[in-house]
Amino acid sequence: MNNEMVRLIEPLIPALRRYARALMRERTAADDLVQDCLERTISRWHQRRPGEDPRAWIFTILHNLAMTRLRRTTQRPIHIGLDDADPASYASAARQEDGLRHRDLVNALAQLPDEQRTVLLLVTVEELSYADAAQVLGVPIGTVMSRLSRARERLAKLMSAEPRAARPSPHLRSVK
Amino acid sequence: MNPLPITEDDLNGFVDGTLTPERRAEVSAYLDAHPHIGRRIAVYGEQRDMLRDAFAPVMDEPVPTELDLSRMIAERRLPRQAPRWAMAAAAVLLLSVGAAGGWSLRDLRPPTSEGVQALAREAAASYATYVPDQVRPVEIRASDRDVLAAWTAKRIGRPIGIPDLTAAGYRLMGGRVVPTEHGPAALFMFDDDRGTRLVMLARPMKADPALPMSPHTEGALNGFAWADDGLGYSLVGAVAPDRLHPLADELRRQIRSEA
Repeated sequence: MNNEMVRLIEPLIPALRRYARALMRERTAADDLVQDCLERTISRWHQRRPGEDPRAWIFTILHNLAMTRLRRTTQRPIHIGLDDADPASYASAARQEDGLRHRDLVNALAQLPDEQRTVLLLVTVEELSYADAAQVLGVPIGTVMSRLSRARERLAKLMSAEPRAARPSPHLRSVK
Repeated sequence: MNPLPITEDDLNGFVDGTLTPERRAEVSAYLDAHPHIGRRIAVYGEQRDMLRDAFAPVMDEPVPTELDLSRMIAERRLPRQAPRWAMAAAAVLLLSVGAAGGWSLRDLRPPTSEGVQALAREAAASYATYVPDQVRPVEIRASDRDVLAAWTAKRIGRPIGIPDLTAAGYRLMGGRVVPTEHGPAALFMFDDDRGTRLVMLARPMKADPALPMSPHTEGALNGFAWADDGLGYSLVGAVAPDRLHPLADELRRQIRSEA
């Protein structure tokens, strides 16, 4: 039983860390979350339904833990200004230009409501099918699709409205 | 044939690459014909690529020691002992009952038949073998319930109901066929959120086809055994009798209602 669990879950750990990092934005908090998620995985492994995809199953656990934590703490900033963000915690240092664009993107992403940010990350970064994303989020597929549309539209607006050079102080921006 | 109208879902599917080649071609033609929508979808595509790039470095990081799954499993394995407080609580309960009612412990137990004693022994032996096993406590997991039911039915010679204790906080882990002095028996194992495991053993009872429920004890292990319609059952666990008894009652009720 444990061998099968290790075989199926271990390869998913980097992706779990990635989703956690994108939500928590900070390495320690994200890895704490993944550790909690793995603890739960070990104790609940036998509750999986027959044939259930372990990926959607474990992302559901991680997602629910993350939502609980984000709601409980007020630590989640509405956005993190350029100066406050730790680029090493999420952005690639491969090329500086990329790094800056990524930081803009991650800052814009942080301004989306949780329900839009999570669906966008699950579908684009984690490449979950719409059906699996619906399972993880506990909503119908139609809701996934409409949230996805809204998330894309909103993120595009945030990105185009804020060219780096003309970015106003993030602390003064009002957030709808 | 007129193509179906293009929907927002199609546009998302186009960005995420989930469309069939035919539909993809139709959406592509539509975007060519409607450049302002085409531009929006191109932006969504860039968004997708950038998001993936931005978080890609996490995938290449070495996984921290705290997230080593095999190590986490090994560490959980260490202190999983039968909860001693459960036994202590049972002892306190029995003593207080004894003090109030003037009973002795022996009086509480109805005279146990040989059939129940054999069942109790066999269930305790299976418990001792399989419950501490962290690698393979059960042969067939709960997810393959049908396989488990078919296998045990075939070896025991008649179907054995697999009860459901989720309402009481215990989940079926799975089961296996085990040897006993009286031939093959079906073993089903359950556990709760704290990892407390219970074993139910069932096998044909030729000598005593029907027996009322009676408690039995083997060291730290408590059990309740009964027989119905030619099958004997025992539920055992390192759990206080007053907590085990209602579970055994519930098993018997479910098995009777299934029969």
